[in-house]
Parts: sequence; structure tokens; C-alpha cells
Amino acid sequence: MADTRDFALRRLHSLLGVIPIGLYLIQHLTVNHFATRGRESFDAAAHFMETLPYRYFLEIFVIFLPIIFHAVFGLYITFQARNNVSRYGYFRNWMFLLQRVTGIITLIFISWHVWETRVQAAFGAKVNFTMMEEILDNPFMIGFYVVGVLSTIFHFSNGLWSFLVTWGIVQSPRSQRIATFVTIGIFFAVSIVGMRAIFAFVNPEWFAFATNLPIL
Amino acid sequence: MAEENKVIQFIIKRQDDPDSAAYDEKFEIPYRPNMNVISALMEIRRNPVNSKGEATTPVAWEMNCLEEVCGACSMLINGKPRQSCTALVDQLEQPIRLEPMATFPVVRDLQVDRSRMFDALKKVKAWIPIDGTYDLGPGPRMPESKRQWAYELSKCMTCGVCLEACPNVNDNSDFIGPAALSQVRLFNAHPTGEMNKAERLTSLMGDGGLASCGNSQNCVQSCPKGIPLTTSIAALNRDTSLQSFRNFFGSDAQ
Ligand code: HEM
Ligand code: SF4
Ligand code: FES
Repeated sequence: MADTRDFALRRLHSLLGVIPIGLYLIQHLTVNHFATRGRESFDAAAHFMETLPYRYFLEIFVIFLPIIFHAVFGLYITFQARNNVSRYGYFRNWMFLLQRVTGIITLIFISWHVWETRVQAAFGAKVNFTMMEEILDNPFMIGFYVVGVLSTIFHFSNGLWSFLVTWGIVQSPRSQRIATFVTIGIFFAVSIVGMRAIFAFVNPEWFAFATNLPIL
Repeated sequence: MAEENKVIQFIIKRQDDPDSAAYDEKFEIPYRPNMNVISALMEIRRNPVNSKGEATTPVAWEMNCLEEVCGACSMLINGKPRQSCTALVDQLEQPIRLEPMATFPVVRDLQVDRSRMFDALKKVKAWIPIDGTYDLGPGPRMPESKRQWAYELSKCMTCGVCLEACPNVNDNSDFIGPAALSQVRLFNAHPTGEMNKAERLTSLMGDGGLASCGNSQNCVQSCPKGIPLTTSIAALNRDTSLQSFRNFFGSDAQ
């Protein structure tokens, strides 16, 4: 029988992108979104996450190990491609390129973000609204966070499409096209959540009255 | 008449043998109506003189059917991989640039060695084993609805265009490429071929197999035969998912 280890590793990479990393991303952005309801709400939500039982176990097995595996294997996959959008400028070929570019941007962003928050917490810093306010107190960092968060959300949304194909869930051209529209919708919806959280830290007062649409 | 002086300009990427360096050579050949790229190459062969008027060696290329069914004459024409027998000069921007496909080793000039595609077909067992020591009989029938889509897959002429267009087929990767994958779907669809389905699927789960596809979908956009390559790939993705469960949890795996 052929050696099927490569197949298993690639399917593991694909699965981890959604479960647990993708789910964690949604969960994380949702907790951040409490910042739009004010300082106390965010601090309470962050505190709740910090006091979950078996926190270290969850962090290691649901967050760090899956992301490290997905990122290392993702880099290997990224550098196997010889991108050719200049010759074949089709939509899906662009998405293929952007999936790899956003993977690398996301890796840089996540590494810095974990260093500034979780690693500092291990050294005794308190993760709360004030911490994020201080991180986002200059235009460069706001830009870095906006690009990093959008890149991560793009990578997740387009990755969801790719996941549906990789597991053979959407096969026909029609179902693949509909999946494209649905994942574009997911990209915009999750982006609104992510951007609202960032700008709630940047300017809480202005934020409170300017963007509180009834449905959010 | 002005017609008589009209010329067609070509820039051809040439290479004398598999190991020597490539170089460009320009040609100008007299215009005739309704020429295709192959008739222009034949003209160069008849009178091998480049645009500077120097005698040169004739340009080597491959061809066979001259009607886009054999796949032998594929090359890059103005940057696009396609068959030179159906590339009409009147529809091409000049100077017409001809290059060998970059995915395959060059034998000489525009002629490449597509052995890797034939090896890939052997690797995935893209045939139906019916030879034996006695007559096996007619075998089960195929439903007409299935025959119709399977027929589309059978049009593959191993031309190499889909491999050339794929960003994951290159020197850094051992990806088998879209053509052989789709052939697995074809032979698994056949009622007799289906008896070896598990074997073919398992062969796709090896290094450089199905999972090396990154869904850029250039193949389906480029295939001259309009083969639904990405539908085949997604269908095989489902089949291999199920096969891997069967291999691991089931009791009938070899
Ligand atoms: C929040 C972090 C991340 C999430 C939520 C995420 C999610 C995903 C998902 C859902 C997929 C689709 C899987 C599939 O094609 O079946 C994917 C693919 C991919 N990811 Fe990530 N990912 C993350 C971080 C990274 C990082 C840091 C890298 C490293 C550069 C990376 C590189 C890749 C690559 C190259 C693919 C394409 C795989 C392929 O086409 O075969 N990802 N990701
Ligand atoms: S699938 Fe299409 S592009 Fe690929 S080798 Fe066959 S005929 Fe050529
Ligand atoms: S000569 Fe057969 S496809 Fe062109």
C-alpha cells in the first residue's frame, strides 16, 4: 500500500485551519467585541476567559500547538508554489496567491500580537482594556492591527472555501460558486466585528455614539 | 499586390539539446491566408533562414493529428500554453512568440518530454485490468447518464497544458498534476474499473498526490478539451476522505 502520511498531514492541516483555529478566531473576535460596550464589559469578558478551568491545557492544545503546526506546514506549502497570476489572472488563482500572502502576514501579525499580550501576561502584565488602549495609541500600530486582523479574517474566510473543496463537500461548479459568495459574506461580516473592536479601543467615546447600530 | 510582401514575424525560443542554453531566434516568413502555427513552422523547416537572412537549423517541434486530439503539439504561444495546430496566425498578435512549455524537460527547441504524465497514468493505474487466462464475459453495464459525463473525462489527450498552468506543478513540488487525477475519476466511474477503485484512490494518497492540489483552478480554465478537472478533483477529495476512513477503521483494507 502507498505511503499515505502526506495525505494525512495535509488533511490535518486543513482540518486544524477550521477546527480549532478558525473557531478560536471567531471566539476571540467575539470577546474583543465586548470592547464596543465599554471598558468594564471588555475587562469582564477577558477576565472570564482568563479564569476558565484547565486554562493552560486549553491554550496549549486548542490554540498554540494547532497554530504552530498549521503555520509551519503552511509555510512549507506556500514555498512549494510558483505563483503565476501575471500569466493566468483568474479569480481563483488570485485567491490562491492571496491565501499564501495572507498566511505569511497573519503569521507575522500573530507572533507580534502574542508577544505583546499573552507573553507579557506571563511576565505579569494585566490583559485588559488599558493594555489594548496603550498598544493602539499610535497610527502605525493601528495600521498594523487593521492589516493583521483583516489578513487573518481573509485567510480564514477563503480558507473555509478551500476547506469545503478539500474535503469534497462542494464539488459541482455551481456549489463552489455559491460557496465563494457565502465565504465573501463571512469575510465582510467577521471583518465588521474585528474592526469595531479595534476602533473601540482606539476611541471609545466617539465610538460609543457613532457606530452603535441597533443590530450590532 | 500588397498581399505578396506581407510577412509573419516569429520569435522562437530555441535550445539545441537538453543540456545547452536556450536562445531566441527571429524569423520572418511570407504570409498566406489561413495559416496555423504549424504551417508556419513547416515553412521555416522548408527554408531555414532567420530574419537576418542567415542560414540556420530548422526548428524542431512535435505534431501528430493536426486536429487537437493527440496533444503532441502543445507549446507556449504568446505566453499561453495551447496546441499549435489549432493556433491560427490571423488571430495572434505579432511578433508571435513560441516557447517550449516550462514544466517539462526540453528535448530540442519546442519539443518537450512529457514522460512524467505517462508515468503518472501508470502510477494511478489509469486503465481497466481485464486481461486474464479466460474470457471474463461482458461485465456490468454503465448507466447512460454516467456515460455522458465520463465521456467528457475520456477526452484528455495528455497535452500537458493543465500541468503548465498549475502553480503547484514545478521543481519544488512533486505534485502529479490535474490530468492523471481526473483519469482516476474516469476509470473509477467505469463499472468494471470500479473493482480497482480502492487501489487507485490509495495511490492518489501518496506523496505528491491529490492533496498537493491547492485549488488555484487554473487547470479547468486552461484545458483545451473543457474537461471539468476541478469537479473531478473535488469528487476525488470526497472519495479519498471516505477511503482513508475505510483504510483506517474498516476491515476490508489490504
Ligand atoms: C488565525 C490563523 C489561521 C487560520 C484561522 C487559518 C485557517 C486556514 C484554513 C481554514 C485553511 C483552509 C484549509 C484547506 O485548504 O483545506 C487554511 C489554509 C492555509 N493556511 Fe492557514 N490559517 C491560519 C494561519 C496560517 C498561517 C500562520 C500560515 C502560515 C504561513 C497559514 C498558511 C496556510 C496555507 C498555505 C494554506 C493553504 C493550504 C492549501 O491550499 O493546501 N495559515 N488556513
Ligand atoms: S486534462 Fe486537458 S489540459 Fe490536461 S492534459 Fe488532458 S487535455 Fe490537456
Ligand atoms: S497535432 Fe495533435 S493536437 Fe496538435
